[in-house]
Amino acid sequence: MGHISRYETEVLIIGGGATGTSIMRDCALRGIKCMLLDKNDIASGTTGRNHGLLHSGARYAVTDSESAHECIQENKILKKIASHCVDKTDGLFITLPEDDLSFQSTFIHACSSVGIDTQKLTPEEALKLEPNVNPSLLGAVKVPDGTLDPFRLCASNVLDAKKYGAQIFTYSVVQSFIRAGERIIGASCLNVRTNEKFEIFAHEVINAAGIWGKNICQYADLDVQMFPAKGSLLVLEHRINELVINRCRKPADADILVPGDSISLIGTTSEEIDYSEIDSLRVTDQEVNILIAEGAKLAPILEKTRILRAYAGVRPLVDVSGGNGRNISRGIVLLDHAQRDGLTGLTSILGGKLMTCRLMAEMTTDVVAKKLGNNSPCTTHLQPLPGSVETADKQPQKKTALTSKAAAYRHGEKAVQLFDQSAKGKSIVCECEMVSVGEIEYAIKKLDVTNLVDLRRRTRLGMGSCQGELCTYRASGLFCEYGQCSGHDSSKLLIHFLEERWKGIKPVLFDDALREAEFTYWIYEGLFGAADVTLLGTAQNDEKKEYYEI
Amino acid sequence: MNIAQNSFEKCIKCTICTVYCPVAKANPHYPGPKECGPDGARLRIKSLDYYDQALKLCTNCKRCETACPSNVNVGDIIAVARGKFEKKVINPKLMRDFILSRTDLFGTLSTPFAPVVNKITDSQIIKTVMHKTIGIDKHKALPKYSQGTFRNWFKKNAPDQEQYPRQISYFHGCYVNYNDPDLGKDLLKVLNAMNIGLKLLNKEKCCGVPLIANGFHDKARKNAHFNVKNMTEAVEKFNTPILSTSSTCSFTLKQEYPHVLDVDNSQVVDKIEYITSFLLREFMNGNAPKLKEINKTIVYHTPCHLERSGLAIFTIELLRAVPGLKVIVLDSECCGLAGTYGFKKENYDVSMKIGKHLFETIKNSDADYAITDCETCKWQIEENTNLKTIHPINLIAQGLTA
Repeated sequence: MGHISRYETEVLIIGGGATGTSIMRDCALRGIKCMLLDKNDIASGTTGRNHGLLHSGARYAVTDSESAHECIQENKILKKIASHCVDKTDGLFITLPEDDLSFQSTFIHACSSVGIDTQKLTPEEALKLEPNVNPSLLGAVKVPDGTLDPFRLCASNVLDAKKYGAQIFTYSVVQSFIRAGERIIGASCLNVRTNEKFEIFAHEVINAAGIWGKNICQYADLDVQMFPAKGSLLVLEHRINELVINRCRKPADADILVPGDSISLIGTTSEEIDYSEIDSLRVTDQEVNILIAEGAKLAPILEKTRILRAYAGVRPLVDVSGGNGRNISRGIVLLDHAQRDGLTGLTSILGGKLMTCRLMAEMTTDVVAKKLGNNSPCTTHLQPLPGSVETADKQPQKKTALTSKAAAYRHGEKAVQLFDQSAKGKSIVCECEMVSVGEIEYAIKKLDVTNLVDLRRRTRLGMGSCQGELCTYRASGLFCEYGQCSGHDSSKLLIHFLEERWKGIKPVLFDDALREAEFTYWIYEGLFGAADVTLLGTAQNDEKKEYYEI
Repeated sequence: MNIAQNSFEKCIKCTICTVYCPVAKANPHYPGPKECGPDGARLRIKSLDYYDQALKLCTNCKRCETACPSNVNVGDIIAVARGKFEKKVINPKLMRDFILSRTDLFGTLSTPFAPVVNKITDSQIIKTVMHKTIGIDKHKALPKYSQGTFRNWFKKNAPDQEQYPRQISYFHGCYVNYNDPDLGKDLLKVLNAMNIGLKLLNKEKCCGVPLIANGFHDKARKNAHFNVKNMTEAVEKFNTPILSTSSTCSFTLKQEYPHVLDVDNSQVVDKIEYITSFLLREFMNGNAPKLKEINKTIVYHTPCHLERSGLAIFTIELLRAVPGLKVIVLDSECCGLAGTYGFKKENYDVSMKIGKHLFETIKNSDADYAITDCETCKWQIEENTNLKTIHPINLIAQGLTA
């Protein structure tokens, strides 16, 4: 470990979630040089582990009008700047026989007072809009909810920021801060994939690490109390609802059903967990049962629908009262450590929601830009993200391959034009989600993809019904071609991906998911002998050796 | 709710359907039943942008469903999607599809002038004109019409049928009515020899299968309602079984009505039966007609819809019950015609490619006849092998002693 690379920048952002990547873009657009660091891939933490709900704010209208106000503002902005990440489905807040119908008027009143459009519907009208909604509903209110794809949002933030010179380091952790007296001037980092150490010197460091932000603060000997709450969700095999369905009552468990791209999501449960558990979340049988039972109250068809997988995320709740846990905020917490702790060079942006990531970035960048003497105004609410730009002059194309249509949803039509248009480029890798060789090449080369899990976040590869059964071996081979991987390395990527898919399938291993998993196991273990790949990998250190010779 | 709507998620993507799909094998432009069926159904819920015009390349042979180990009605999913989303473009080919699928209408118009119509459609000039204008392939001979319909012939014979103690209702279908009344007449002989009388439904229309295949689902649904109504009357009045000599008509009446057209046939479905399964049961129960030896060799071809119905074994066993007959059962594979599909200029080559192996096997056999249960398989085999192809009923009628 002789040589250590050193980088210099104005702002170092720690955390590549929705907030971190939004700050990266905000800085870049204001002409501030910045670098972003994440210990994993972008959107791999809480950002990618929620409903992907484009809140209208209605859910918070009664209990938290400030959040509701922020949500409706950002809702309108995201629809404009991130149209390729947003599906304007609208949402229903339904009242079931067991709910109090009088809550409806409280709800409508609260929505109007923060500027959320509502439309009261009769049960018949609601059923016409959403045929799968529970037909025993007493009433419904329509609000401008929608869906927001967090993976696409983060990838687009990064793509745009890079265009203006920003740099990203994924799979890189902070090992310690570099200090000059009472000032943070950078961080010593380690790339966990290559084991290379490097240092980044920056005028300002931003801690946007979400729930992991507590750890980052500890590197600076600062104490922030965070209260992790686990939220579990289930992914359904296909899209069973067209509109987001909520219960018109105070927020509770498993009361939001969101149609996300080709699937639907039901969630969430809420359980306080110990901070030491944040990296080892498990979805329990009990949670699965609650989600199905409560979800079926929103849309009875859910009970008969195949469940693809389960996952859980951690809400990054912050105690702003100073450590005694009495005042836990679900809102945005911006900590200027110079003011709060007398430590300059570090700012933490914690709490908040996926919905408010752009706003959080604006608030943070405002503070940091001022310190750097940069007076450029924020423009992230005005400038569309790459992929969102060209919707106005969209021409209905006649003979477009399904993969191109699917890719246009994900990356915008301009990006699709860059794909390899040869027969090979057009051939399908992921059949469930229509991902082509060309799209994978684009993702590997342009979207900071290092493995199949990253590739999934950029393209939806392996997110469909078969959960990687048919695409994994095809896609891992492409890493040899486009990602400078050896045959053995790509086999390891294959195992890594299947293990990651397996983690989410395990909690729902019944019915068709079980049959599918069994078939997948049969292909990869029975036919390909996949388990031997890892064995050979550990037994042999000679990288040049061709392991597949018999 | 029809079955196709909720069965797609049982698919575990094993892709066996695409392996068995005759079209996917012959035509690289067809994405195959897995992608067009369950995969597509899932994506089409998200957006109709995902409707692929390639679905019209499906022949509706249902071999995908026969192959599926997960009970996914793959072919139904494709047929339903076509019915809902296929865009009809007004052009000469639409006229052709109209002509090919309106078997009732053109049968009624043509039978009175059968010799003239047959001569015209057989002329090389007309074939070339049809090839160039509406896209009926010039290599194809359109089915010949008979002079006079089966129904008309039957009117004269109906009173005789009353004398038999047992009765069945016969759904003759368009083919027997307009093209081959002899098959209906043979059936009548066979049944009478077994002391069973034959009735017709009060009225019937085309079962609807060519309409489904050409994407005219509304019209097909009208026919289905009409036929279910008439079959219900027959069952209520006479409590007879309803028999069909067409493997496809009976398949459509029983399965396509509820699965593809969303037409409830539950009150009659158990009464509808394909002829060979009815006959074999009678034979096994001791009610076989007296048959003389037929010292001939036949090759038997299994039609796709009979395969899907799981009834091929009945025809095969029935043929084996004919004394002296040497039965060679061919590999079960699609002949390529698929009703109206192979008549279309754009499908002709694929259709021939699908049937190639079958044709060669038949040509290399020393059989006296080919036997099959489906009229369109018959046309395709005769046209491409020059071997006379008959229905199992025709053969049994030959063996009757009286």
